[in-house]
Amino acid sequence: MIYDFLFKITDSNIIASIIQSLLPLFIFILPFALFAVWLERKVSAHMQDRLGPMRVGYHGALQTIADILKLVQKEDIIPNEADKPLFNIAPVLVFIGSYAVFAAIPFSGAFIGSNIDLGIIFIIAASGFVVAGILMAGWASNNKYSLLGAMRSAAQIISYEIPTVLVVLTIIMITGTTNLQTLSEMQTGHFWNWMILGGPKFGIAKFIFIPFMIINFIIIYISTLAEVNRTPFDIPEAESELVSGYHTEYSGMKFAMFFLAEYANMFAVSAIVTALFFGGYQSPVGYVGNLFGIHWLIPIEQFFWFTAKGIFFVFVQMWLRWTLPRLRVDQLMTACWKYLIPIAFVNLIIIGLITVL
Amino acid sequence: MNVYDLIFYLFAAITILSAFFVVTTRNIVYSAYYLLFTFFGVAGIYVLLGADFIAMVQLIVYVGGILILLLFGVMLTNKITNVDIKSGTIHTVPATIGVALFAGIILASMWNTNWKNVNSDMQVASTQHLGFLLIHQYALVFELLGILLLIALIGAASMARK
Repeated sequence: MIYDFLFKITDSNIIASIIQSLLPLFIFILPFALFAVWLERKVSAHMQDRLGPMRVGYHGALQTIADILKLVQKEDIIPNEADKPLFNIAPVLVFIGSYAVFAAIPFSGAFIGSNIDLGIIFIIAASGFVVAGILMAGWASNNKYSLLGAMRSAAQIISYEIPTVLVVLTIIMITGTTNLQTLSEMQTGHFWNWMILGGPKFGIAKFIFIPFMIINFIIIYISTLAEVNRTPFDIPEAESELVSGYHTEYSGMKFAMFFLAEYANMFAVSAIVTALFFGGYQSPVGYVGNLFGIHWLIPIEQFFWFTAKGIFFVFVQMWLRWTLPRLRVDQLMTACWKYLIPIAFVNLIIIGLITVL
Repeated sequence: MNVYDLIFYLFAAITILSAFFVVTTRNIVYSAYYLLFTFFGVAGIYVLLGADFIAMVQLIVYVGGILILLLFGVMLTNKITNVDIKSGTIHTVPATIGVALFAGIILASMWNTNWKNVNSDMQVASTQHLGFLLIHQYALVFELLGILLLIALIGAASMARK
């Protein structure tokens, strides 16, 4: 719908698509990153009985903007022994990977970057670029901490992609679609139509699905947490062992790009969980727009609900970060290969049987 | 020459140039990263041809899987920057014969195949048809391939245990 509108204004499908593809970056990712960095500092501070940033703006609300201004002014340092071309490309590649994901995320009924049929599969595919970029950054820095961090990160992302994909497969089996827009449309109505409560079809199967869907949700939440390198899975940037992991050598704007990509990724995985299990952009209780017959209000409300759910899951990620200790490498692999993957497989088979019968 | 053609030539140029650099560069890590762009270009061409599922699988399997494993292997090897990569010309005659034969096979199959002409501006989603064909017409081949992959996995696991 937004595309049609842009097409009407600009009268050229190329300009319209370029504007549309830039919309998530400027309207969503940048403000979100500003907000999320502030939120992270506030959450961590309050959990440790501190106040956090308080000086810049109301309760430090403008702190991140001040930080960005500081980062822009910083000298861009490239280590002498670093591999310069790869060192410069790596942050861009990481950011491309996490930004590409936003093309297939349905923000509201009226806005999705590209309504492709293979939305969720595209998201999984695009995250491959993030891994390549992280490895590039670690290797090009020519620093043992960076390289170790990059290796750990890549191993972790690849391992935890398997349970994620298995859970996604169960959802595909139940709904028969990989299009996130269709998936969100299916979960319309009220919150009891969400996938976490067995999906939109009413029947015995719906009630049998509920426990398996809750297990599914827990698996995908844990494994996406590991994919974005958040505590308790943050061994790639474990400060006490590796300084700062693969972005140890980066400074200034390049560091800011890694940071932006990290926060964009945090929202992206929350958005995937939301779209798969929590009704996507659908409201849990119905729309004000429907109540008063104002139809243009509905997409805006949907955008509100989607971001609200997404930011809630981002908040849970931060909450976990300041609650749980970090896992060891062997514990990390055990958790993935010995617990999550077998459970996900059993879930897949059971849900497959229920769907067929 | 419309936008579609321009995008096609862009992806084709990315693919061919990066493939050229993969074999000519002296640094193994650079080779691996040029391969990333080759895979990306090929995926782009698949998308332009309307094979969306194949494009996604190309990205998942090659970029997300094979390339990352390759980089792992290269980066965990000691002293990668000092490896002396030999790129001289040896065995010119057998190489020429081999390349000529290979080129001949590819060209012959290109000319003799009865290509389907589909209007590529009107693209339809291919996943559903593909899945249907795999489960019905090519079910046996599909399952045999699955067994083959399973055997490879078991073999790799048993070799890793030793």
